[in-house]
Amino acid sequence: MAPVQVTAEVVGLRRAGAYHHMTLLAPGIPEGTRPGHFVALAVGGEGSGMLLRRAFSIHKVAPGSAGTVEIVFATHGQGTRWLADRRRGDKLDVIGPLGRPFTLPREPVACVLVAGGYGAAPLFALSEQLRARGCRVDMVLGAASEDRLFGVLEARRTSASVTVTTDDGSAGIRGRVTDPLPEIIRAAGADVVYACGPMAMLAAVAEVAAGLGAHSQCAVEEAMACGIGVCMTCVLPVRGADGVTRMVRSCTDGPVFRGSDVRWADVGSVPPDTLGAPVAGGH
Amino acid sequence: MATPAPAGRPLDPVQVDLSTRLATLRLPDPVLTASGCAAAGRELAPFLDLAAIGGVVTKSIMLEPRSGRPTPRMAETPSGMLNSIGLQGPGVEAFVAKDLRWLREHGVRTIVSIAGGSTQEYQRLAQRLRHEPGIAAIEVNISCPNVESRGQVFACDPFSAAQVVQVVRRHTAPDVPVLAKLSPDVTDIVAIARSVREAGADGLSMINTLLGMVIDPDTMRPLLGGMTGGLSGPAIRPVAVRAVWQVHAAYPDLPILGMGGIRTGRDAFEFLLAGASAVSVGTAVFNDPSALARISAELRGLLAARGIARLSDVVGLGHVQQARHVAAQAARRAAQEEALA
Ligand SMILES: Cc1cc2nc3c(=O)[nH]c(=O)nc-3n(C[C@H](O)[C@H](O)[C@H](O)COP(=O)(O)O)c2cc1C
Ligand code: FES
Repeated sequence: MAPVQVTAEVVGLRRAGAYHHMTLLAPGIPEGTRPGHFVALAVGGEGSGMLLRRAFSIHKVAPGSAGTVEIVFATHGQGTRWLADRRRGDKLDVIGPLGRPFTLPREPVACVLVAGGYGAAPLFALSEQLRARGCRVDMVLGAASEDRLFGVLEARRTSASVTVTTDDGSAGIRGRVTDPLPEIIRAAGADVVYACGPMAMLAAVAEVAAGLGAHSQCAVEEAMACGIGVCMTCVLPVRGADGVTRMVRSCTDGPVFRGSDVRWADVGSVPPDTLGAPVAGGH
Repeated sequence: MATPAPAGRPLDPVQVDLSTRLATLRLPDPVLTASGCAAAGRELAPFLDLAAIGGVVTKSIMLEPRSGRPTPRMAETPSGMLNSIGLQGPGVEAFVAKDLRWLREHGVRTIVSIAGGSTQEYQRLAQRLRHEPGIAAIEVNISCPNVESRGQVFACDPFSAAQVVQVVRRHTAPDVPVLAKLSPDVTDIVAIARSVREAGADGLSMINTLLGMVIDPDTMRPLLGGMTGGLSGPAIRPVAVRAVWQVHAAYPDLPILGMGGIRTGRDAFEFLLAGASAVSVGTAVFNDPSALARISAELRGLLAARGIARLSDVVGLGHVQQARHVAAQAARRAAQEEALA
């Protein structure tokens, strides 16, 4: 479904640990939304000096004439601070649904869902759809500290098992999501690992999954300026079906990629074998 | 005292004729996309009627596929942004087969922007595009390093800028206008305009981005993967208006596609007054993908409110107004002196 640009109304905004959980009345967006899709918000109000859109993965949607879209965000800078200061009734320019969502397995296979911080946000709608297909769902939620975990209670309510990790040990296992992950994949007999979180975490999750013969689907958080494919700022090196690496847009070709397709070690650079990469003595 | 604007009674906005011309190219609407800010055009289709806007200026096409620069490729700056995309693109063959074809099939007026690293490359691009249907004009992006001249940017040197424009003009169908896109990063933009005009440019596109840099206080090194980047958005608008003004003052007959920070109909109006016949909107599209239609409607409303029935009547009007203002001042001063004498 083609994305739409709507004037949305803030109908809810509350704290969720270190994060902000916003509910928007955004008619037209929920209908086409699938887990993994994102929205792009204009920030700062009309005529704002902040021109670039802020992209947020969609946490949940409720379709209908009062269609709502929920997002979860951390305050990274001026734009997200402005968003956190909104009040009920404020209007926001929102575009969505954007990007390519998670691919769902055809068979009722076991799946492990892994999140770093607010990367958990899009995984609950995914979990719901997986469970509706008869898939077993185990979750691993990791963060720097307890206040940066998102959705642990909901995860406990809905998953076969939930494992929590924190860097500082303030909740769950002290360490990274990838520490317990191999054992969880093995115990569940998982065929697919879904992940959303920082790039380094995704790289590590994709490696663990591949090592155990599981597929991985990773939703990346690359810096975006437009969210709709016109600015070319959000690229990363991805191997195509033809084996050729291209710099592809994470907003239109992603944000969800097969973990085995992304050249994780090369993110932030242009690998020399990329299509059209600079050649010595050339451009 | 200000000179009053030559305005009639307010009109109904539907009565305003927004059509304009860029050299031989007739446009029903003066608002176009800017190169590199609308990808191949079709990405904006969900948000705009692409056949109704002035046209799509494609991202700059090169002969071969190009990966572009590493990330990070952008930094937000006050009322603007810095980008270092590095002309990522599929190369001219894939562009013609896929993007140009799509634009043609959807009735979009298409201005193809081309870029190269040598005069020879520009020539081959022009030759390759010459017999392709559906090209309304060629925009020559000369803000590229010339590999044959130690990376000196074509647009910064009157001689190599002229050379490129000359070969593109020679190898482009005579009925397809060639626009030279100028960089503001020069000492005298009028000198570059003169040089490409003499080389056969049918018009100018101005301005391209200004070279800039952002340093990350955390890593304490340049933030962009490409170190430097191009500054765009409302922050550069006064620079762009000044550049259009200077060039139009020197060559009033040379058509100008004006751009740099346009976000509203009022902004577009400034460029028309300075001497642009049409405008491109770049960075504002990232903020608002339906901006082009909005800007066109705002411009229509603004002309109607001033009782101006034809957009073409305001192209360069700022110069006329300024001359009137200066003459009126001089007359007043003369009258005062006479009274005192
Ligand atoms: C992300 C980005 C990519 C651009 N790519 C090109 C390009 O490929 N060719 C070109 O001639 N200009 C390019 N430009 C410059 C724009 O076409 C325009 O001249 C400039 O951004 C000023 O207009 P604006 O302030 O409305 O964006 C690019 C600008 C941006 C922001
Ligand atoms: S964010 Fe603009 S192209 Fe992806």
